[in-house]
Amino acid sequence: MHQPLTPSGSEKIAATVTFTLNGQSVVAPADQTIIQIADDHGIEVPRLCYMEGMRADGNCRTCMVEIKGERVLAASCCRYPKDGMEVTTNSPRAVTSQKMSLELLLSDIPETSYTLDSELDLWATKMRVGKPRFHARPQPVEDLSHPAMAVHLDACIQCKRCVRACREEQVNDVIGYAFRGGHSKIVFDLDDPMGDSTCVACGECVQACPTGALMPARDVAMVVPDKTVDSVCPYCGVGCQLTYNVKDNRILYVQGKDGPANSSRLCVKGRYGFDYVQHRHRLTKPLIRKKDVPKHKDFTVDPEKWHEVFREATWEEALDFAATGLRDIRDTYGKRALAGFGSAKGTNEEAYLFQKLVRTGFGSNNVDHCTRLCHASSVAALMEGINSGAVSNQVRDVVNAEVIFVIGANPTVNHPVAATWIKNAAKAGVKLIVADPRRGDLARHATYNLQFNADTDVALLNAMLHVIVEEGLVDETFVQDRTSGYAALADNVKKFSPEAMAPICGIDAQTIREVARLYATSKGSMILWGMGISQHVHGTDNARCLIALALATGQIGKPGSGLHPLRGQNNVQGASDSGLIPMFYPDYQRVNTPEARARFEKLWKIELDPDPGLTVVEIMNAAKRHEIRGMYIMGENPAMSDPDVDHARAAMAALDHVVVQDIFLTETAYLADVVLPATAWPEKVGTVTNTDRMVQLGRKAIEPPGDAREDFWLIVQLARRIGLDWDYSHPRDVFNEMRLCMDSIAGITWERLEQQSSVTYPCVKEGDPGDPVVFIENFPTASGRAKFVPADLISAAERPDADYPMVLITGRQLEHWHTGSMTRRAGALDYIEPEPVASIHPLDLDSLGVAAGGTLTIESRRGSISLYARADDGTPRGAVFVPFCFYEAAANLLTNPVLDPFGKIPEFKYCAVKVTPGGEVPERMSFGGGSILAETMSTATRT
Amino acid sequence: MTVEIPSKRKRSRVRGTPKGRAVDPKAREEVRSLLGDAARRRDLLIEHLHKIQDRFGCLSAAHLVGLAAEMKMAMAEVYEVATFYHHFDVVKEGDAAPPAITVRVCDSIACDLAGSHELLKKLPALLGQDVRVLHAPCVGRCETAPVAVVGQNPVPFATAEKVASLVTAKALTHSVTDIAITPGHIDYVAYRAARGYRLAASCVGGSRSPADIIELMENSGLRGLGGAGFPAGRKWKIVAAEPAPRLMAINIDEGEPGTFKDRYYLERDPHRFLEGAIVAAWAVGIDTVYIYLRDEYHGCRAILERELAALQADPPCRIPQFHLRRGAGAYICGEESAMIESIEGKRGEPRLRPPYVAQVGLFGRPTLEHNMETLHWVREIVERGPEWFAGHGRNGRKGLRSFSVSGRVKKPGVHLAPAGITLQELIDEYCGGMLEGHTLYGYLPGGASGGILPASMANVPLDFDTLNQYGCFIGSAAVVVLSDKDTATAAARNVMKFFADESCGQCTPCRVGTEKALHLMKDRRWDQPLLKELSQAMMDASICGLGQAAPNPMLSVMKYFPTEVD
Repeated sequence: MHQPLTPSGSEKIAATVTFTLNGQSVVAPADQTIIQIADDHGIEVPRLCYMEGMRADGNCRTCMVEIKGERVLAASCCRYPKDGMEVTTNSPRAVTSQKMSLELLLSDIPETSYTLDSELDLWATKMRVGKPRFHARPQPVEDLSHPAMAVHLDACIQCKRCVRACREEQVNDVIGYAFRGGHSKIVFDLDDPMGDSTCVACGECVQACPTGALMPARDVAMVVPDKTVDSVCPYCGVGCQLTYNVKDNRILYVQGKDGPANSSRLCVKGRYGFDYVQHRHRLTKPLIRKKDVPKHKDFTVDPEKWHEVFREATWEEALDFAATGLRDIRDTYGKRALAGFGSAKGTNEEAYLFQKLVRTGFGSNNVDHCTRLCHASSVAALMEGINSGAVSNQVRDVVNAEVIFVIGANPTVNHPVAATWIKNAAKAGVKLIVADPRRGDLARHATYNLQFNADTDVALLNAMLHVIVEEGLVDETFVQDRTSGYAALADNVKKFSPEAMAPICGIDAQTIREVARLYATSKGSMILWGMGISQHVHGTDNARCLIALALATGQIGKPGSGLHPLRGQNNVQGASDSGLIPMFYPDYQRVNTPEARARFEKLWKIELDPDPGLTVVEIMNAAKRHEIRGMYIMGENPAMSDPDVDHARAAMAALDHVVVQDIFLTETAYLADVVLPATAWPEKVGTVTNTDRMVQLGRKAIEPPGDAREDFWLIVQLARRIGLDWDYSHPRDVFNEMRLCMDSIAGITWERLEQQSSVTYPCVKEGDPGDPVVFIENFPTASGRAKFVPADLISAAERPDADYPMVLITGRQLEHWHTGSMTRRAGALDYIEPEPVASIHPLDLDSLGVAAGGTLTIESRRGSISLYARADDGTPRGAVFVPFCFYEAAANLLTNPVLDPFGKIPEFKYCAVKVTPGGEVPERMSFGGGSILAETMSTATRT
Repeated sequence: MTVEIPSKRKRSRVRGTPKGRAVDPKAREEVRSLLGDAARRRDLLIEHLHKIQDRFGCLSAAHLVGLAAEMKMAMAEVYEVATFYHHFDVVKEGDAAPPAITVRVCDSIACDLAGSHELLKKLPALLGQDVRVLHAPCVGRCETAPVAVVGQNPVPFATAEKVASLVTAKALTHSVTDIAITPGHIDYVAYRAARGYRLAASCVGGSRSPADIIELMENSGLRGLGGAGFPAGRKWKIVAAEPAPRLMAINIDEGEPGTFKDRYYLERDPHRFLEGAIVAAWAVGIDTVYIYLRDEYHGCRAILERELAALQADPPCRIPQFHLRRGAGAYICGEESAMIESIEGKRGEPRLRPPYVAQVGLFGRPTLEHNMETLHWVREIVERGPEWFAGHGRNGRKGLRSFSVSGRVKKPGVHLAPAGITLQELIDEYCGGMLEGHTLYGYLPGGASGGILPASMANVPLDFDTLNQYGCFIGSAAVVVLSDKDTATAAARNVMKFFADESCGQCTPCRVGTEKALHLMKDRRWDQPLLKELSQAMMDASICGLGQAAPNPMLSVMKYFPTEVD
């Protein structure tokens, strides 16, 4: 599955060489090194600095081999054989050097190892290197400053695998090899303690280290696991595969697995963010709200004090209570008086069952999930333009591009492993254009970094389109053969000259022209975007412009050339595919088309509501109006994630009956009538679909705590209790049913997933490889053509004014996921980002008279929060950025619930606020604040 | 920055800035103004570090962070380069900045023989706390040993008093006017007046064909004079056959202890190698030439800057683009691929070969790399004909060699002598014999790397290839003469310490091996089997010539001076 970083265009017919290896004639591919060929022939050659999948560096000199006629030995990891070469790996001369290099390294490291599998010990044993005959070097002190990783450079053999992992794979560029000679040393930044450095804790260096010099902190990897289990990461949409190391039903540590989206790479969350599943706040018993505790929007949850609101119940009681409440509302107030929020964190099978339960059990299409809050506008534009909501090309296809255009996305934070592929490509010479009002870590790698004014996406993009039309850069053939509506677009962009748009978007006309030309004329241009595009009232327009860029220039439908909305949640793609959307059945079959309805009525053997249901924010509004009276919410936290969350909480508090299924007592669960303790990701089996359209299998690694039950089981139990005749016994049964109504995955079998862990769709027939690039011949529209949809300038709903002079941008932090319910309970993640912070330009902070780290109060027309200030010159002047994961200072108390008219997505990326110095940051409850590791870390070395 | 937040539950920390060090706006502004309009390309990193070091006397952490931001580089990328080179003083928070004046005392073999260790002992007390005294590897002035360098001002035949008076006078630079008065210095005008650049003009003008010139170079038998001795004409032919664009890199990182011939020619006749470079560039089809000059040669840099400017202001013909790059104190950068890395702005770590620099060299392009002296001879060989050069030589060897002779002889210095001359002949005919009271005991025929031969072998011809059978080589023809007042063991320890100091740190046999060897060599009686085994691995398994040759002197001791270590 490992794809080398070579452009597909340069694939050559594999040439071979014939040479002699240890006296034996060998025919081997010419692009393999001696060590690879030796491995293939079962000839063992020691190696330390060499690691498969990584650039060979040849510095450890333990893999030396003798080549007849050459003056010195050769490093077999770096050397390619030539025809007729005579290579010996086991001659006395070669072995002398192999052993001496091992002995020299061995002499300098401590006798007690920091790892259970030191590669140096392994090879020393195999090569019979005895006790070293040399004196040891003076040893450096340990560095335990990082909460996730321990640094013991006394065990370092200077092989630089960590440097390559950090710089060439992850391109985080934190680790360096400083000083020289015997003083040479692995350093972080300017030889700073790891915990004080720019390290983003992806852990790739730990995974690469052969001797335990870099290890997971607190010796967790010094325990022999009972078992290892392969699975997928539960955080973002990149879909990294990983391996859990499990002991006594606990996850000891996690390693990257060689999956198609990640090639063993992970980020800080995927590697060090798993202890939440073992957090003491896990719900282990069903809870029923105490009769005398009314719901109210004003609260702060302390999960430790759950008993003030709830009482424990048996499963029978809780399930009956949950179902009865829902059934009564349905039977009393009608089918549309119920709604459900499914989860983009659950499996495809759960999502499918959930929407099926709502559609067939509740009887309406009032089912939605957080896609509404992230990419609904992108999907609206994509469905309108090309009738497909998924990506045209996978992230790793950027290596085949000449130009990568990343707009409104901060992938180093939100899709860290996807960002590594983009950075790899940029390092390999692919031109990178980054456009975002905030300057992130990707900017350093960009050929063009366009820090344009927030809210002016359409101005910038239409100006690019103007240049493309005006300068004749349009792909006429593509436009003629494969699109419709070009004339209207060309006419519309006339008024958007770069000169006219420059003052609006803040990017000079010349740069806009250069970028437009670069994008249009390259052999392949990929656009990747995030919620900077989608979370606006003009989110759909923003995405329309991106689609128009690709269509006008023919930059779609081939490798290295296409459209990629970076999906947020691990399964937001799959949850959408599975039909957790009010206007679509599974596979985006429109609810309001009779054929689709007929198909599902036949499959499900029940009459269906012919009208699309309500979306997330619409459901909240309907709840406030008592039109919706009951809800089933699985694994979502609208009481934190919805805009104007004060209003959302009031709406939820107004509901007659709320069933919440979750692993923690979230803000949403706090407003429930009944809370069903569910399973965390490593406790269940099922498939998820990543941003690349890869359907991947998650496997169960541990048993859930207490009486917590699998979500699958819970949905089925509720369904039965509201009158559905379901008898699914395993997620496999559900997946098989899904294949019957979802053509895109019809060819994927559960068995294949068990074998391969990942299959890309479309995969229509069994045995199809799956299409990584789509729209090669045509678009999946009725006419086969894609449609241009022009866009005009629309301003944000709430612009700054005298009373609220600054702009609030919300988003995420690298360490914290979504509303923080998981990550703030993960020790290392919580320790790295313990407190609510607002990023603000240092000059703005100066003018407020607040020091970096001081407190700020941010107030909008809807609410007010106080939190700590972070001076960050990547934040544009006049703006403040707040992540929405902190319950102490919930950013969504401030956001504006106004919606994009097409995608119904709220404007999370823009509203007007007033920022004032000072304020009291609310007291932390029983999680967050770095509390899990506070004691441990205070005893660690810190400078 | 981290602020401790008191809380009712637990103390917590809030980072008031993004992760890691924040850019100090003032430091960045200082960097920005220092760099001016200069490109921010990463290959200019070392040049930019020099600007900061020269201006502020050190590289503060704040400036390094500012420079990284300015160059869109990672902090670690800047730091690892800055800490690699001796001449950069990285100063972190809480560290004292170095004093305004640094005195470097050469402690390499020739200066060591001349008593530099005494100087190193005396100077700190004499100069006081406001002056920093450092030992330094060979500064390329061995004929005037011992040498100290006050700031950038070399002090020949240094005494503590001499150094002190220069420190007091704050005479810290080696000014260009000092060099211009080097007896016989030929500047641009003088060089042109003496028919200089006529050859280049006639080549570039089309009166000659590249193939003819390359053939002529091959016939002359001229070999690379940096030490490896690769035939120059063949190298031109190889690089010319590689796809364009091709580049040239000229190595004036003369750092092999005992070697000072390049400086000698540069101080006297700098245009001769430039003309050779123009001819070579024309013959091979090269538009861009990088000159890498070791940082110790401050005077030479002044000369080269001046003379290059003169050449560029009034070129005799179309000339390639010349880029003068400044080393920063690293012997290893004399190794051809390490030099290329350094020109690219990186740590001077030699590359594994293949691919060879002729195929994949500077910036990944085919590169013609030459030692300066090799190019120095081009004009004369063409003008006088290949037979003239090949006509020199003794004992069956051909050509001329510029011997840098130092140590216990009456007239140390650069002596142009026939290839194949013996040590005895060299001493007798060129060096005025041994110093009074000294008897020949042994000699290092090729600087620190070429091994040590005993007096009994003073009659073997000195040239490329002739010493291999003795476990030695001539290299850059740096001959250091030892007398009965010296021991081979001390010389071997001196050079092993040098190698340990100068190892780039990349590969195990060299990085660890030199340190371990040095430790073992401190014993009165050497663990000879272990040292021999270690030597074998170092010679066979080190990436570059440094590690491969580092064991030569200690092996010579065991072989030729066994009584010293038994």
